[in-house]
Parts: sequence; C-alpha cells; structure tokens
Amino acid sequence: MKIFEMNKSDAILFLCFSAAILAGPILLTPIGAGYPDLLQKFAIFGIFALGFNILFGLTGYLSFGHAAFLGVGSYTAVWTFKLLSMNPIPAIILATVVGGLFAAAIGFVSLRRSGIYFSILTLAFAQMSYNLAYSVLTPITNGETGLQLAQSDPRVLDAAFGRDYGAVLPSPDFFGISMSGYPGFYFCAIMLIICFFISMRIFRSPFGLMLRAVKSNQNRMNYTGLNTRPYAQAAFVISGMFAGLAGGLMAVTDPLAGAERMQWTASGEIVLMTILGGSGTLLGPVIGAGAIKYFENIFSAFNEGILMNAFSFLPESLQHLAVGITSLFVGEGWHLTLGALFMLIVIFLPGGLMEGFNRIRNRFLKRSGDGSGGTADTVPAAAE
Amino acid sequence: MSKLHTSRRGLLKGSAAAGIALATPTIFTSRAWSAGYTNEPTGGTVTLGFNVPQTGAYADEGADELRAYELAVEHINGEGDGGMLNTFSSKALKGDGVNGKKVVFVTGDTQTKSDAARASAKRMIEKDGAIMITGGSSSGVAIAVQGLCQDAGVIFMAGLTHSNDTTGKDKRANGFRHFFNTEMSGAALGPVLKNAFGSERSAYHLTADYTWGWSQEGSIKKYTEELGWKTAAAVRTPLGAGDFSQYITPVLNSGADVLVLNHYGRDMVNSLTQAVQFGLRDKQVNGKDFAIVVPLYSRLMAQGAGENVKGIFGSTNWHWSLQDEGSKAFVKSFGTKYGFPPSQAAHTTYCQALLYADACQRAGTFMPSGVGKALEGFKFDGLGNGPTEYRADDHQCFKDVLVVKGKENPTSKFDVLEVVEVTPRAQVEYPASLLGGELGPYNDGA
Repeated sequence: MKIFEMNKSDAILFLCFSAAILAGPILLTPIGAGYPDLLQKFAIFGIFALGFNILFGLTGYLSFGHAAFLGVGSYTAVWTFKLLSMNPIPAIILATVVGGLFAAAIGFVSLRRSGIYFSILTLAFAQMSYNLAYSVLTPITNGETGLQLAQSDPRVLDAAFGRDYGAVLPSPDFFGISMSGYPGFYFCAIMLIICFFISMRIFRSPFGLMLRAVKSNQNRMNYTGLNTRPYAQAAFVISGMFAGLAGGLMAVTDPLAGAERMQWTASGEIVLMTILGGSGTLLGPVIGAGAIKYFENIFSAFNEGILMNAFSFLPESLQHLAVGITSLFVGEGWHLTLGALFMLIVIFLPGGLMEGFNRIRNRFLKRSGDGSGGTADTVPAAAE
Repeated sequence: MSKLHTSRRGLLKGSAAAGIALATPTIFTSRAWSAGYTNEPTGGTVTLGFNVPQTGAYADEGADELRAYELAVEHINGEGDGGMLNTFSSKALKGDGVNGKKVVFVTGDTQTKSDAARASAKRMIEKDGAIMITGGSSSGVAIAVQGLCQDAGVIFMAGLTHSNDTTGKDKRANGFRHFFNTEMSGAALGPVLKNAFGSERSAYHLTADYTWGWSQEGSIKKYTEELGWKTAAAVRTPLGAGDFSQYITPVLNSGADVLVLNHYGRDMVNSLTQAVQFGLRDKQVNGKDFAIVVPLYSRLMAQGAGENVKGIFGSTNWHWSLQDEGSKAFVKSFGTKYGFPPSQAAHTTYCQALLYADACQRAGTFMPSGVGKALEGFKFDGLGNGPTEYRADDHQCFKDVLVVKGKENPTSKFDVLEVVEVTPRAQVEYPASLLGGELGPYNDGA
C-alpha cells in the first residue's frame, strides 16, 4: 500500500525508534528509569507531545490548553471502563474520538484568532474545562477525589460476554493480560510507535507541507486565495485526538481520572516538553517528554540520604557543603533544575535537544547545513 | 533517495522486533513469579515507602509526617531513645529491625494530587521495592493510593486522612487507618457545641471541595441538626484557594450565627484568618455572639492562624500536651531530635509505622494477608490515645477523641490548644455497616 511507502532514511529512523522504544526497559535501567510506571509515562507523554507537535511544530499555533483534551480522554476512558468493558480497546477508541470532538469544538472557536490571542483562548477553554471538572460537573468527574472504578459498575459489554470479576475491584485487561506493569508499557509503546508512524506520514505528506506553509506565512497563503483555516482546524483536531489517546492510555494503565490533569500547569508542561526536545522535529517532542518525566520522577525522589551517599567520597565538611548546595536542585527543588535546563536550552539551542544532537552529528560528519536524514529536515523553530 | 516497499522486509524486521517485545516482559515477570508476594524482601533490609505532601496546601503536615517516620525507623532499628516503643503494650519489637531485617525507607512527594501521589507510590513499589506504603495528608490522595496498593498487593497504612470514605465507602482490605474520622468528630463535637452555644443556632458551612470536606460537612450537619441547629447554607470552596474573602462576605448577610470551617492545612489558616479579619467574631447575630467552629484542628494550623484561634472549638486525634506515658515519651524523643513538639499528623504516622512493624514481627512475615490478620482486631495501649482497637470489620482504629479549644493565654508558641473534653470511645463508635463499602479479600500481589 502506498501509505506504508517511505524513503530509506525514514524507514531506518522508524525501525530504530521502534526498537529503542521496545527495548526501553533494558536501555533505561542503568539510569534508574527502567520501571513500568515511568516507562508508561514516557510512552504516554511521548504520544501527547507528538500530537502537540503536529499543531505547534508544523502550523506554529501555540495552544496553551492541550491538557483539556488529555483530561477529557481520561474521563472518557474511565467511563468506558465503568459502563462498557474493562478491555482497553473500546476505552482508547472512545477517548480518541471524544478528544477529537472536543478539539473540533474548541478549535472552531479558537482558530478564528492567531498568535497570542489563540494561545489565550485555548488557555481559557482549558481552564474552564478544569473548573467544570473540578466542581461543577462533580457527578460526572467526582471532583478533586478523581473518578474511580467501583465493584458495582454495570460494565454492559463484559456482562454480555459473561465476564465476571468476582468480589474484587476489576482492573483493565487486554483479553486476559493485565494492563499494569510491563504489559501496560508494551501496550502504550505499540500505540506510541503507531502514533510516531502517523506523525511521520503527516510530516512527509502534502498536508504537512501545507501546515508548514501556514506557519511560515499565513497571510501570503490567504492572498493566494487559499483558505488556511481548514488545514489549521484539521491539525488541531488531529493533535486533540493524540492527546485524547494519551489521556485514555493514562486511564488504561491506572484507572483513575483526576481534574488536575487538565490544569494549566499540565498544558504548560507539554509546551515545555516540545520546546525542550525541539519543536517541528519528529523525534524531539518524544525526547523532551521523556526528559521532563525523568526529572519529575527521579530527581524529585532524591533526598538528603541519597545525596550524602553520593558525596561520601568527600571529606565531611565538604560533603555537607556539597549536599547543601545540590539539595536545592533535587527533591522538591527539581523544578529549579528543570527551569535552569530549559533556559540554557532556549538560549543556546533554540531548536531544542534535537538541534544539539544534529550539531554534534554534523561536527563528526563534517557536513554543515545539510542535516538531512529524517529528523533535521525542518527548520528549527524558534521558541515563541 | 530510493523508495522502498517496507511490506516484506518491514514485516520481517517488525516480527523480529515483536519477538523481542514479547520476550522482554518474561525476563522480568519470571523473577516476580518466584516471590510469594509483591516485593518480598530477600536481603538484610526491608524497604518502607513514605508518601507525603512536600509541596501544596498540606506541605507543613507532610514535613512533620516525614520527621515522625524517620524517628519511627530509628526506634524500630534500635537507635535513639526508643520513644513510644517503651510504652507500647505489645513487646514484639526488640529494637533490631523487623523479622531480623533492618528497616530502610524511600520517600515521595504526593503534591496533594492523586495523580502525582499514585505515580510516586508506584515508583516506590516498582522501582524501590517498597513492601508498604504509608502517608498521605489528604483523604482524596489517601483513597487513591489505597486503591493502588490494593491492586499492587502491598499494605497501605493511611496517614492523616479524616474522611469517612477511607475506611467506609472506599475501604480496601490492604488499607489500615489509625487516624479518626469525621463521623467520630461529629459525635464528639455535638455535645460540646450544645453546651457552649445552645441548641438554637443556624450554621453556615464553608467546605473544602473534595471527599474529606464533603464527609466532614455531612457529619457535622448530621450531629448539629440532631441538636436542633439549622443549616443556613453549605458552600464548597476549591482546595488550596488561598483567598476566601469572596466566600466569607455572604456569610455576614446569611442570617447564620455559626460559621463551620470544613477546611484543613493552609486553607484553614487562610479562611479562619480572613473570617476573623472580616470581624465575624465581633458580630451579634440573632441576639447571639457569632461563633466559628473548626471541626478538625491541628496544632500546626492553630500555630499558623495565631491569635485568631482563641476560643475556637474543634476536635483532634492527639495533642502533644497529653500527660500519659506514651505521649510524654513521644514528645520527648521528637523534641530532642527536632527541637519542637510533634503535631497530630506526626503522631498518627509514627503510630502507623510502629503498628505495621509490630504486626509484621508478630505475624513473622511481611506478606500482606499475614500482616493484615495480625492487625485485625488488635488491641493495644501506650501509643498516646489510651486503649485502642483496630476493628476487623473496616480496618479503622477506635479510641477516645479529643475536643479542643484555642487557648486564651498561650504560654509558648506551641501551646495553642487546650483539651476541653476527652470523649470516650463508646460515644463515638458506630457499626461498620453505617458507612457502607466492602473490604474485599487481601491481595498479596505477584
């Protein structure tokens, strides 16, 4: 089929990406990240970032409200578990669809404006969704406590197929394979690989080219008589669907949906991930998502005891000094490290980590400015 | 660039990748199968996971909880002065760790958010091999983490969580709570409020909008309406709102003469301070002095609210000024280590750590079902609350409840609460069926 046709470097990139993701548990163990929960987060936020990048990286529309779609996806998935079945397939399909519908509605209004006005509109919608989920729609969302499964849920499809979970609280399973732990990660990983493939096809397609044209000069596009709105709208919906899928997967691996997933900080996080990794590049957002989740989970867990061990080679007075300084940057201070890192990257590598990788590669290959090979064929976007 | 069809080669490579993918999980699960239960400790140490809020509205409580946990681990391992181990009625722990293993711990930040709390609990279970998770300073978080621990097959020793639901509607076999709940608070506060304010009052509730707030509001309504009070209105406020002035202004015109603040942590400090600044306490409504009630009190909050707590009633699980042997021993060893007295959050988490260790020692195993059996119906004394029982039906501790009042003439900055009444256990006890929910079976995990 034509849709699976790709040039050689893309095929290599895709295969390397797939292999790296699937081997994640082995590759990431040395840096302390090879445990299922974090791996699942890597894959899920990778999908989220890939979707965000289709909007921000290609069209340049900076949405500050993408967490709303993530949250909607989570709520949809948990409700699917409650009402239909504990199988993750209906849950993620519905989460994607509802995420897309939600994005269509918000995009329809927000895309009438561009630039800062667009960002503020999306931010407002997301904050509205958050507040709705937090207090107004408590019967649907269970407010701050979060929507959880209950033993007494109807689960119509499961009941129809004669599946009985007995006296315990059921957890999502894929035809008998529990969706927690490593199987859950592989489920997410396969979704990530599929999403990466879709994103790659979009980047290489005429549609993707059109989106880039929207980014480079929308006015000129309009003057040539082309209506750019449908393209931006389509990109917005696609990225909303990615976010819905990511939200659904969060519920699959951990069947609980909380309103804080929709908060503006969560929307800001995805912007950070994309810019950190390199917006407009294929791989960048996934790497950025991984980096931020790594900081959040690993750096935040360092406490003084661990630091004391790490600096035990120093004499005692120096050890206390070193611990005193570094403890500002780990534990609850991990945001500080992240902020510093983000500033360094925006100042010195405006194209994100991907620009850094490409610079290093180009230095070794003595090729300047060419930078083809799948990932670097887009102009690094300035962090706007 | 040559175009190539990936169909055949892609299929080959893809199936190779899929093969690796399918083989990988078995490398990990095979190890898990050999264990009798999740994270069975095999070396010379056993790891406990302390999951407390280090940021957010309950960060003060979280910090104090962590101090208490560290102290408990010291005492269990035989360091320090032993604290309440010396007064504890069960003498199973000898100060050489638990079941011959030294206790070590890992920590996590719940951020007072269910998602973050579950993520950090999962990290401690999956990566650090924690055999038990304890902590949580918010009922929403406690319930979320309790569900997670049930699924993962580890014991959850709830910390500061006061909602009925933790051991009511949302109870789980693997979860245990030492702290009291809103039902007990209501039962204990009712008679005291009647004595202080009479039976013809109209109450206005400001309620933190999550499981604990709802539960607290329900219990106080239930017991005050039994006295003959009316409820003028009950307004929900978001957790961590910071500014409550917009919620307090309407109170003045509502005709209510009692304000019930179903808030905790910094929320309570802010809402109480603002209510006092608005002059509510100087008002006369319906010919009576306007009164404020804070159903769940803690010394940390009282300290934060300063002058404003004087004469305000509330209930608490424990207070450092208690004069029984257990409390004195705990205050002494906490004070020696940190230089100030412990809060009720510190007390309940310290007790939970000790009770867990003791149960493991008595059961001779760390297996959740074994430990759970050792805790069920366990009667003990010497931990600061008098005779206490872990009820088997809902894994809730039953003990006396303290009704306290903000002190009029504090002698130090820690001496802010005085005990008005110790409500005996019999008066606050209720049948387990009252709150609903199902414990279900224990889960030992892999």
